[in-house]
Amino acid sequence: MNIHEYQGKQLLKQYGVAVPDGKVAFSVDEAVEAAKSLGTPVVVVKAQIHAGGRGKAGGVKVAKNLDEVREYASQILGKVLVTHQTGPEGKEVKRLLIEQGCDIKKEYYIGLVVDRVTGRIVMMASEEGGTEIEEVAAHTPEKIFKEVIDPAVGLQVFQARKLAYAINIPNELVNKAAKFMLSLYAAFVDKDCSIAEINPLVVTGDGNVMALDAKLNFDSNALYRHKDVVELRDLEEEDEKEIQASKFDLSYIALDGNIGCMVNGAGLAMATMDIIKYYGGDPANFLDVGGGATKEKVTEAFKIILSDEKVKGIFVNIFGGIMKCDIIADGVISAAKELGLDRPLVVRLEGTNVELGKKMLNESGLNIVAADSMADGAQKIVALVK
Amino acid sequence: MSILVGKDTKVITQGITGATGLFHAKGALDYGTQMVGGVTPGKGGTNVDITLENGTVVSLPVFNTVADAVAKTGATASVIYVPPAFAADSILEAVDAELDLVICITEGIPVIDMIKVTRYMEGRKTRLIGPNCPGVITPGECKIGIMPGYIHTKGHVGVVSRSGTLTYEAVHQLTTRGIGQSSAVGIGGDPVKGSEFIDILSMFNDDPDTYAVIMIGEIGGSAEEEAAEWVKANMTKPVVGFIGGATAPPGKRMGHAGAIISGGKGTAAEKIETLERCGIRVAPTPSEMGSTLVSVLEERGLLDKCKTH
Repeated sequence: MNIHEYQGKQLLKQYGVAVPDGKVAFSVDEAVEAAKSLGTPVVVVKAQIHAGGRGKAGGVKVAKNLDEVREYASQILGKVLVTHQTGPEGKEVKRLLIEQGCDIKKEYYIGLVVDRVTGRIVMMASEEGGTEIEEVAAHTPEKIFKEVIDPAVGLQVFQARKLAYAINIPNELVNKAAKFMLSLYAAFVDKDCSIAEINPLVVTGDGNVMALDAKLNFDSNALYRHKDVVELRDLEEEDEKEIQASKFDLSYIALDGNIGCMVNGAGLAMATMDIIKYYGGDPANFLDVGGGATKEKVTEAFKIILSDEKVKGIFVNIFGGIMKCDIIADGVISAAKELGLDRPLVVRLEGTNVELGKKMLNESGLNIVAADSMADGAQKIVALVK
Repeated sequence: MSILVGKDTKVITQGITGATGLFHAKGALDYGTQMVGGVTPGKGGTNVDITLENGTVVSLPVFNTVADAVAKTGATASVIYVPPAFAADSILEAVDAELDLVICITEGIPVIDMIKVTRYMEGRKTRLIGPNCPGVITPGECKIGIMPGYIHTKGHVGVVSRSGTLTYEAVHQLTTRGIGQSSAVGIGGDPVKGSEFIDILSMFNDDPDTYAVIMIGEIGGSAEEEAAEWVKANMTKPVVGFIGGATAPPGKRMGHAGAIISGGKGTAAEKIETLERCGIRVAPTPSEMGSTLVSVLEERGLLDKCKTH
């Protein structure tokens, strides 16, 4: 789960991570009020959307007085920002962060991730702040320093100091930087983050070490123990169909194609998208109904697929293990009858209770094309939507 | 022979009194697995009676702790069907009781819990498979997990996979072509887990009854690339591969917690390229995992040895 920058900064502040003072604003008037109350000569007006690259897209402006705050806030609020992370359709700005301007001496990068190779949390640091860390990794990997953290003892002060020295934090600020890193690690572990990126981390003219930006992602498996984090979820940032799917515990991701897919198992669901593409089609979604799906869940999944106007045909690909084929058939039939099946439907069933499932589909009176294998089904649906 | 589990493996179920644990304990018993008991804290001293498909009733003792269960039953392996919030603790308990093998089926364990678990396991004897996996089966001998047993046939091809349903798909394609399996192992779809591809490939390499292996990977991480390099350097048996997620968009988690392309790393294209370079033939579509293996077996003169009917 993602949250906004201003929420991330508020959360980090609770752990002693230094951040500039700032306030969220939902309207131009609120933005001006926020700037007034900050009382600093320079404030930054920052678009709050769940995507990076906001600065380049015109979503971050430095205002030198309240008139400029009003001007920039009205420019940015309601604007659709297109960045390399939003996709071509962009994202509409509905919230602003009004933040104290600060006197930046130099920018750095600090990040925490879960490293799959070591099975540990790793802190990464670089002197190349402000640019994409992927770019740095691709072109100058020697400028990224890493410390692997032992979960038994956590990030140690010497490790933080090592990183601070490696990225050339000014000597007199090394201890402040180390404290910053320890606080960031504490927040990461305590809140079950999956990514924490501070880019840039800045040292300021008045000798502070601060997070100028904050990107926090949370492990969705751990949200059950963080009610405060769940409250930060911004549903307007998410796809409506994905929200609907999550209510029914379905794993759904919207894509750009026109063939709706309903599959059991994440691996098979991915492979189904691949095989559709292989035969020249384009999947409209990833959808894993899971292992223990009920008839209701299957019906709901089917409704979500049909609600997507781009969908010109549907491919159901099931390998029943725990998931029984007759339950899938039952759900498909009831959804198709309820909503009316106005688009071609290809069904491939294999595994537990396959004969019963096929029989139910055959006798349903619905216009369903049966497939013998994944490849057969993919070819059939691709031909039908052409 | 086979790997990890066989006819002598004695299994306890952690979470046996829950609906899932009970359902799959029955499935394992129906298959012929030696299920010897279960653990549910607070239910120690009771029994669960399970009626098998053939009408026989099996009564399994329930214990409060894994240590008790091991002492009383001589169990060598455990399977975990405990809800995600408590599953990490269940793994630690099984490791502490010095079982040879722990298979964790549970999906949705917080990754930070798994980081602690793998740290705790360092230097201890227990092997962990999973979490978020279908389990392990040695056809005709022992089934531990949620896979449909009937699609498997005893034989000589090893299967190792990050995905449950794609394992079934591969096994089914093999069985319908008359090619049996030595063991099929689902290592699970989480980013931090007990066993990686290399651990399982190495066991298949040492198993005299395994003649070839299918390895099924997916986007995210670099375990497939590392495994491919290991295969190139060490493996004496042919390996065929498949990588799921070639069409997955970056930055989106495709169901499995570990199936995500981040920072441009972990793409299917990268993985396929490395596998091919290391001599692993990659099936172009998931429908061709079986046929790709067959063509490799033919070229190596192994097809007749692998045919089971």
